[in-house]
Amino acid sequence: MINRKEFLKAAGCAALAAVTGRWAAAAETASKAGRPQSAEEAARPRHERRPRASRQWGMAVDLRKCWKDEGCRDCIAACHQEHNVPDLGNPKEEVKWIWKEPFEHAFHGEGHDFEKAGLGDLPTPLLCNHCEKPACAKVCPTKATWRREEDGIVMMDWHRCIGCRYCIVACPYGSRSFNWRDPRPFIKKVRAEFPTRTRGVVEKCTFCEERLAQGKPPACVEACKAKALVFGDLSDEGSEVRKLLKSNFSLVRKPGLGTRPKVYYLAP
Amino acid sequence: MHDTGKILAGLAVFLALATSPLWYASLARSSAAAPRLDLPAAERRCVLPREVIRASHMQLLDEWRTQVVRDGQRDYVTPDGRRFDKSLTRTCLKCHSNEKNFCSRCHDYAGAKPVCWNCHVKPEDIK
Repeated sequence: MINRKEFLKAAGCAALAAVTGRWAAAAETASKAGRPQSAEEAARPRHERRPRASRQWGMAVDLRKCWKDEGCRDCIAACHQEHNVPDLGNPKEEVKWIWKEPFEHAFHGEGHDFEKAGLGDLPTPLLCNHCEKPACAKVCPTKATWRREEDGIVMMDWHRCIGCRYCIVACPYGSRSFNWRDPRPFIKKVRAEFPTRTRGVVEKCTFCEERLAQGKPPACVEACKAKALVFGDLSDEGSEVRKLLKSNFSLVRKPGLGTRPKVYYLAP
Repeated sequence: MHDTGKILAGLAVFLALATSPLWYASLARSSAAAPRLDLPAAERRCVLPREVIRASHMQLLDEWRTQVVRDGQRDYVTPDGRRFDKSLTRTCLKCHSNEKNFCSRCHDYAGAKPVCWNCHVKPEDIK
């Protein structure tokens, strides 16, 4: 027979052993997930390859180049055509992946009384910021939206979206739109290669992950004549986007919220 | 136990009525004709054998959906080594280009109402 003291000692030791064992297992999994792609891995056929853990897609918007033609809407037209984004003609029901807002709305609270005349009115392109800490993904009850660990894209699975719109409330950038009605009749020219959405589903920019998978740049980047949109891997120090960020003054939207946006604005 | 006869008679009537669809169908032999599908002329082999794809194409599509959307894995290799893009619109519909005379005929017959086409675009929607 063991007495009470011995029993408590044994139970404590057992609990400690169980907890440390689980920690060790978790740490091992985490270190495997962070493994960079080896040459051996890269040599495998694409479908057998495990995703590279170190990539982080991001975009730099060079406002000096963008503002050369303030009326230009090439990026918006290309994106919305590519992804079957409807035009409902009613701002209350608007569905948008990339759009323009006056600079003072895009960077609300950043202006002051003596800033350059007209700066606040300049149309600034906005899109999903593909945050490192996305508030939308955190609130999604069905995991219909989540941040892809392998490349940092905040993805959407429209099959899974139940239309609760928590993400719309959570996103501080207004990057998400809700389909209040069937969007199909409001798409000028339906592209068969990409699905439309249906009533009751939230949608947003996906950094053209379907094009990236084919090795193509995002549609907006390709469409920009002024080359104002620069897309690349932020984890690669030699990438064009990293070089631009290193040598220019840049802004992100609402940095104080801690979402760590991955769309950067090269300031004029 | 005065009403045994009535109870048994009542039960017999109830059973007869409840099973009426079964014996009616077997007596009348008038079940709907099996659907005739428009099969692709150029390609005779689907990604999996006919029996497998007929019985479990929905599970395959569900797996493809999850692998493409969530895991970014887009290449499908058939058991006999052929390679395909995991895509309803770019792979399945390339051969089965007529949704009405293929998908719908069978789904109507089976009383299945898949919601694929609420979002995915069938070829006939474009024209």
